[in-house]
Amino acid sequence: MNTHSNSIPESPREPQTSESQVKTPVVIPESRRLYWSVRRELWENRSIYMAPLAVAGVTLFGFVIATLGRALAMRDLAQRRAVLEEPYTFAALVIMATTLIVGIVYCLDALHGERRDRSILFWKSLPVSDLTTVLSKASIPLVVLPLLTFGITVAMQTIMVLLSSVVMLASGLSPATLWAQLSLYQMSILLNHLVTVHGLYYAPIYAWLLLVSGWARRAPFLWAGLPLLAIGVVEKIAFNSSHFAAMLGSRIAGGGEAAPFPMSNSATMHHELTLLTVGRFLVSPGMWLGLALAAAFLAGAVRLRRDQGPI
Amino acid sequence: MTVIEARGLRKAFGATTALDGVNLRVEEGRILGLIGPNGAGKTTALNAILGLTPYEGKLNVLGRDPWNERDQLMRDVCFIADVAVLPRWMQVWQTLDYLAGVHPRFDRVKAERFLAKTTFNRATKVRELSKGMVTQLHLALVMAIDARLLVLDEPTLGLDILYRKQFYDSLLNDYFDGNRTIVVTTHQVEEVEHVLTDLMFINRGRIVFDCSMEELESRYAEVTVHPEQVAAARALKPMHERRVIGRSVLLFDRVDRQQLAGFGEVHTPSIADLFVAVIGNQAGQAQGVAQ
Repeated sequence: MNTHSNSIPESPREPQTSESQVKTPVVIPESRRLYWSVRRELWENRSIYMAPLAVAGVTLFGFVIATLGRALAMRDLAQRRAVLEEPYTFAALVIMATTLIVGIVYCLDALHGERRDRSILFWKSLPVSDLTTVLSKASIPLVVLPLLTFGITVAMQTIMVLLSSVVMLASGLSPATLWAQLSLYQMSILLNHLVTVHGLYYAPIYAWLLLVSGWARRAPFLWAGLPLLAIGVVEKIAFNSSHFAAMLGSRIAGGGEAAPFPMSNSATMHHELTLLTVGRFLVSPGMWLGLALAAAFLAGAVRLRRDQGPI
Repeated sequence: MTVIEARGLRKAFGATTALDGVNLRVEEGRILGLIGPNGAGKTTALNAILGLTPYEGKLNVLGRDPWNERDQLMRDVCFIADVAVLPRWMQVWQTLDYLAGVHPRFDRVKAERFLAKTTFNRATKVRELSKGMVTQLHLALVMAIDARLLVLDEPTLGLDILYRKQFYDSLLNDYFDGNRTIVVTTHQVEEVEHVLTDLMFINRGRIVFDCSMEELESRYAEVTVHPEQVAAARALKPMHERRVIGRSVLLFDRVDRQQLAGFGEVHTPSIADLFVAVIGNQAGQAQGVAQ
C-alpha cells in the first residue's frame, strides 16, 4: 500500500488523513448525542409532527366551513359571533388528543421496533449509551410532543382568529374578543397545561409504555394494558374496591387535584384554569409519586435496552 | 498490544452451553478468521466481545469490560453484525448526519468518498437498496470510522459473488493498514483464505484450533498419495484422510515435507480441508465417547 503515495487518487487523501488525525481527539458531549438521537427519532417517526399537522389542517378545513357557511347563514349577529367564538377550545383539545395518541403509539414501538427489525445491532455498534437512547426516546412524549402541541395549536388558532376577524369585520362586528384567544394569558395557560399535565403528570404512563416496549417480545400493546386490567380485576374481586382503576382514571383525566382542561366554553375554561396554578399542581403528592414511578420505569427500560437483543 | 483477551469465557442459554470456556488472544494488526459450524458459538463469542451479551469468565477488549462499557468501547470498535441491520427507514444522508453527530472518530469526508463510488444517491432509503448496496453503504460508514477493532459477523451472507469479492477487496485496500485489527466469522472460508493472518476454529463452544497463517503453511501439509504408497504414508499418522477421485489425500501435522514428497504431490491444505479434518475428527471422537 506504500506504492499508493505516488498515485494520483491518493494525493487528496494526504491532507485529509492528517486532518482526521487532528479531529480524532474530538470529544462529543453526551448532550450532543442526545440531540442527534432525538433528531433520529423525528426522522424515523414523522407521524410525531405529521399527525397533529394533518389534524390541524382538517380542523381548519372544518372551521372554514363553519365560518363561511354556518356563521354567515346566521342572520342574528350575536349568534354569528357565538359560532365564530365557539370552536377554539375544541380545536385545541383535538390537537391534544392527537398528540396523546401519537405519544402512546410511539412509546409502544420505540424500544420494540428496533429489536423487531434487528436495527438495534446497528444502533448498538455506535458509541451511544443505553441511557442516552432511552432518554432520547422518552423526551419525545415528555418534551417534544407538548411543545409541538403548543406550537401547532397556537399557529392553528392564529389562522382561525385571522379568518373569523375578516368575517366579523365584514359583518360590522368588533373582532376584539376573538383576539383574547391569542392573549399571552391564554397562551401561558395552554403551555402550562401541556408541560405540567402532558409532560410531567403523564410521565409515568409514557415511561410504563416504554418499559413494556423494551421488554415484550411481541404484542407490546397487550402487555401494556393487560397487567393494569389484571390488577383492577384482582382488586375488584378480592376487596370489592376499585381504587386502582380510579387512580388510573384520574391520572389519564389529568389528575383529580389538577383541573382538567375543560370541555366547556372559554368563559369557564378561564375561570377554572385561573385556579390551576403550576405551584399548586407541582406540590401535589400524586405528581411526585408519578415522577418517581416514571424514573423507575425508565431506569428499567435502560436496563432492558442493554440486556435485550434482536427478536 | 493485545486487543482481545478472553479467559474461561462461558455462556449458557438455558440448558444449552454456547461458550464452554473460551480462551483467546488477539494481537493488534491481525486479521483473525473465526470459523465454526452452525451453532458452534461464533456469534455468541462475538456478541460477548462487543458487549451485546453478558458472560461468565474474563474478557478484556482494548482494556475495557465490554458488557459494562459498551458505549465507550464502541468509540474504538466497529462491527457489522449481519447484513441488512441498517434501519430500513433511514436515508443515506441521515446515516451520515447521525454518525457525524454521535461518533468522534467518524470522518464524513472519507465516507462521502467511498459512497461516490456507488450508484445510489443521498436521498435513497435503505429499504430501496439491494442487499449488496446496503452492504456497500454499511461498509462505507464503517470504513470511515477510525476504529482500532473491526468485527464482522458473516458480512457477506446472501451477497452475490461480485459484492463479496468487492467487500474484501475494499476492506484490504482502503481500510486495513496494519494497525487495525479485524475479526471475521464466515462460512465462505475460501474467500477469506488469502485475507487472514490468523485462524481459529470454534466447535461446541470451545476454541479447537488456533494458528497463524504462516504457521499453518509450515506446519500442515496435504499429500495426494500414490496408491502403492498409502500404507507407508498412513504409518506417519495423518490427522485426516479423504479420497478424491479414487486417490487418497492425507493431511499431516508437523511432518517433514521432504519426507512426504516421496509419497506424492505435497501442498498446503486449504482452510476448508483443515476445518473438515479438525472438526470432523472431533465429531468422530465425540461419537466414540458416546458409544
